[in-house]
Amino acid sequence: MSATGIGAAVRRKEDRRFITGTGHYTDDINRPGQAYAYFVRSPHAHATIKSIDTKAAAAMPGVLAVLTGAELAADKIGNLICGWMIHSKDGSPMKMAAHPALANGKACHVGDPVAVVIGETLAQARDAAEKVKIDYAVLPAVADPAAAQKPGAPQIHDIAPKNTIYQWSLGDAKAVDVAFKSANHVTKLDIINNRLVPNAIEPRAAIGEYDSGAGTFTLWNTTQNPHVARLVIAAFIGMAPEHKLRVIAPDVGGGFGSKIFIYPEEVVALWAAKRVGRPVKWVAERSEAFLADAHGRDHVTHAEMAFDAEGKILGLRAKTIANLGAYMSTFSSSVPTYLYATLLSGQYEIPQIYCEVDAVYTNTVPVDAYRGAGRPEATFVVERLVEVGAREMGQDPAELRRKNFVKKFPHQTPVIMMYDAGDYNASLKRAMELADYKGFARRKRESARQGKLRGIGFSTYIEACGIAPSQAVGSLGAGVGLWESAEVRVNPTGSVEILTGSHAHGQGHETTFAQVAAERLGIPIDNISVVHGDTDKVQFGMGTYGSRSGAVGMSALVKALDKIEAKAKKVAAHMLEAAEGDIEFKDGKFSVAGTDKSAAWGDVALNAYIAHKFSGQELEPGLKEGAFYDPTNFTFPAGCHICEVEVDPETGNADIVGWTAVDDFGVVINPMIVEGQVHGGIAQGIGQALCEGAVYDKDGQLVTGSFMDYCMPRADHLPPLKVDMTVTKCPSNPLGIKGCGEAGAIAAPAAVINAITDAIGTEQLAMPATPQAIWAALQKTNRMPQAA
Amino acid sequence: MYAFTFHRPQTVRQAAGLLAKNGDAKLLAGGQTLLPTMKLRLAGPPQVIDMTLIEGLSGIEMSGRSLTIGAMTTHNDVNTSPVVQQAIPSLAKLAGMIGDPAVRHRGTIGGSIANNDPNADYPAACLGLGATIITNKRRIKADDFFTGMFSTALEPAEIITKVSFPIPKKAAYQKFRNQASRFALVGVFVSKRGSEIRVAVTGAGANGVFRVASFEEALKKRFAPKSLEGMSIPADGMNSDIHGSAEYRAHLVGVLARRAVAEAIGKSA
Ligand SMILES: Cc1cc2nc3c(=O)[nH]c(=O)nc-3n(C[C@H](O)[C@H](O)[C@H](O)COP(=O)(O)OP(=O)(O)OC[C@H]3O[C@@H](n4cnc5c(N)ncnc54)[C@H](O)[C@@H]3O)c2cc1C
Repeated sequence: MSATGIGAAVRRKEDRRFITGTGHYTDDINRPGQAYAYFVRSPHAHATIKSIDTKAAAAMPGVLAVLTGAELAADKIGNLICGWMIHSKDGSPMKMAAHPALANGKACHVGDPVAVVIGETLAQARDAAEKVKIDYAVLPAVADPAAAQKPGAPQIHDIAPKNTIYQWSLGDAKAVDVAFKSANHVTKLDIINNRLVPNAIEPRAAIGEYDSGAGTFTLWNTTQNPHVARLVIAAFIGMAPEHKLRVIAPDVGGGFGSKIFIYPEEVVALWAAKRVGRPVKWVAERSEAFLADAHGRDHVTHAEMAFDAEGKILGLRAKTIANLGAYMSTFSSSVPTYLYATLLSGQYEIPQIYCEVDAVYTNTVPVDAYRGAGRPEATFVVERLVEVGAREMGQDPAELRRKNFVKKFPHQTPVIMMYDAGDYNASLKRAMELADYKGFARRKRESARQGKLRGIGFSTYIEACGIAPSQAVGSLGAGVGLWESAEVRVNPTGSVEILTGSHAHGQGHETTFAQVAAERLGIPIDNISVVHGDTDKVQFGMGTYGSRSGAVGMSALVKALDKIEAKAKKVAAHMLEAAEGDIEFKDGKFSVAGTDKSAAWGDVALNAYIAHKFSGQELEPGLKEGAFYDPTNFTFPAGCHICEVEVDPETGNADIVGWTAVDDFGVVINPMIVEGQVHGGIAQGIGQALCEGAVYDKDGQLVTGSFMDYCMPRADHLPPLKVDMTVTKCPSNPLGIKGCGEAGAIAAPAAVINAITDAIGTEQLAMPATPQAIWAALQKTNRMPQAA
Repeated sequence: MYAFTFHRPQTVRQAAGLLAKNGDAKLLAGGQTLLPTMKLRLAGPPQVIDMTLIEGLSGIEMSGRSLTIGAMTTHNDVNTSPVVQQAIPSLAKLAGMIGDPAVRHRGTIGGSIANNDPNADYPAACLGLGATIITNKRRIKADDFFTGMFSTALEPAEIITKVSFPIPKKAAYQKFRNQASRFALVGVFVSKRGSEIRVAVTGAGANGVFRVASFEEALKKRFAPKSLEGMSIPADGMNSDIHGSAEYRAHLVGVLARRAVAEAIGKSA
């Protein structure tokens, strides 16, 4: 391992500019003549728009335009779409309701954009926005997914009777029934997976610009996947042909999924820019972000697990209602289906699994992928069932897990996935050592002496990452392929530019992708730069989500580097007057096997361009190669997290006092960055478990519409984290990478709730487990600390 | 924000004059409450009267058996003042529990008290210590000052200039935070000064900060946590929201009062 190659904890190259305030986020960019957009949003969860009077607003100082859904429709700007087709059990396609970028005739959630004011200044646009008169006829609203299908619930979209988007299932219901009949014990749980607001530190933003001379559009946008944004805005929205639209995602300050999607605001910024003939900037306010960024999770589930007399799992069944909000966001349909039910086998050999999912519309902000996307929900179901099953059967939770682990690979689950490699015992064992599981009873007694209830909880999770084999996802309804691209451009001086379709918004690609190339080419990482996030520079790419940048994006890079090496060897062969087959490349040096003749990387690069040593007819000059990599399987990161809590029975406050994470991410490129990803994921998972939760009232108003009421995890929610790794290489990609970006958020919630319920002695505890919720649960068990 | 006229008077008298002339004007102290509401356009005062140039409004002083703190003194100054730490350590500690460092370096005691947020910390200290609020017009006892949620005895054009705290023999503050806002979900301030016992509660009451007579009575017999054992207050009249039901808040009042007394006498509850 070199100091900057694969496996080295290289400091992040990008952090200097982020930390010193010299990055360039969308809001840092200002275009000549730029105007500002301010959206008028529905204050009602569900209302017919009877009329919109824009006259007074248009007459306000500095106003360039006041636009509504009527103008949008007149200009034939297409609707936003959901790009993953799901079919119901009965074969009917999902019921995708029209989603115009500005509401036309009806507002379906609080925050639904109804009009936009374009002003010379933001303050002027905002002042004028208050003068837009909208006459609403307020309709009854429904926010609770469990109520959306009930008789008498308000009907949101005509296309979807009973607000039902699809009724989907996976698995063999009959076989599961048979398995349950033979069970010795059945564990049953009702689970709510709480709705989360992503809250990336940088709010969403867009600048639309139209060049009337060239007839081209440019969009600067906080997006995780600029090429997909361009494709959708061109092909579906119909803003411009794809080759006349450039999308630039400059520095982006966190996304967690919420910046994957194509939103109304960027469409309107582009459209308005053309209409007013000026660049148009929009930057979300934090309060606006709560109402306009896709939320995450929001499942209501009943789940059951059947065990035989020894505690072997015989089957699992689950019925889930998934809230997709007021409209179907870009990938929303796939999250509670193929990203959820396919993971219900966990790390276990479960012979039969059946899952039904009803996706429903409600009068809430659209719900889509959020860090983990479906897999945290699945892990929560499986890991709660196993833990509760162990308690009910009086078995040790670790032992019960070990008994049921998948041990032989490859392993075909009953829910599509084929696990390729792993050693679940190894991570469990290591985690139990690090957590000092044996010493728990002693620590529990110590806590009791302090008047505290101590509990311990496991989460042995699995996820499917490296998203995804294109053919496979195509057969499941995906509208796109999920390969990745890379291009390696070697300059005549030997410095290198890597272009990747993966996008970085906090992950550290500029460092890790450079490490991969540095290792391969034997050059310093400072001689390598990574280019991403601009459709004019990178030809195409599928973006960053689903822990795919390493497993898929870097695999494409390796393929491109293979080609670079092959071509460079040809150049070197000419320079060294040797046969191509005799050229060896190692540590940045090309040498002729068995001789002391060699050429340095830089010389070969220069010769590739000056082309003096070979005939241009025999060998093309230049050194630049591209590659597309399509994975052959998902990757399966897995691991074991152990959480230890202390509950204050008087206040209900739960303090996380210990955390151990042992993950298997396959080969690790930069352990420091991976640890950071694990830390961040755990923080978000703890946030979901302890404090985060979007609450709507019965009228569909978001009660938790600011940080005064929506609680993000803070540093003092987190204990020191013990993080370690076990490694089984991923067999399906060249570097053996599995991915690490979502693991913490997937593993953590179940570990926390398993620990708290262990402490308080009841399973009746929903997330977020706030002090009030824990105290209320304790009122029923009356459990007090037992020091004896 | 809406546009407004910005005034920077040099004296309290000028500030009061501006207030008297402009009915909708607002005083600006640390701005940690006023400015966020203005930014969200929830408030749009046409005139803002900034008090930062007025001399003599901030500072901390011992005078005889009481501690006087100028209205414009920041939470951070109270928190780190050796004078406060010596005289009423629980007050210094309370100031350190408000918000975050940025808020504590801007926010002021006068602004906090004038605002009388039902979840704010200082009102509990004022009531729990029997403070006197001194304005440009008069002296007001804490017992008469806090008149309900976000409402005080202050009259139009009345400006808080100082707050005077008698020095207690024992005192402590226990704050149970609203996880999201970090304001007090419930905060209980207890003090003992001679035979006077005070138990003041913030965060819990639907009408803002209040005293708990039954707890004070019990503590008069013996100032110890044991005196409060098994005691609670009725949920009636407690605030109730997503962060805490009335029952939960009423329960916490008992728990925190016991813990505060224990802290005041230097024991763990
Ligand atoms: C993120 C955040 C967290 C916070 N957390 C807490 C917390 O945990 N606990 C807590 O108690 N508070 C908290 N606060 C509120 C903070 O303490 C404020 O500073 C305080 O409530 C108001 O003081 P100010 O000096 O900022 O007043 P300003 O915002 O300037 O003014 C507030 C109001 O008081 C009036 N006013 C100000 N000074 C005077 C005066 N001398 N005489 C008459 N009227 C006056 C103003 O006109 C205005 O109406 C928090 C605030 C923020 C932003």
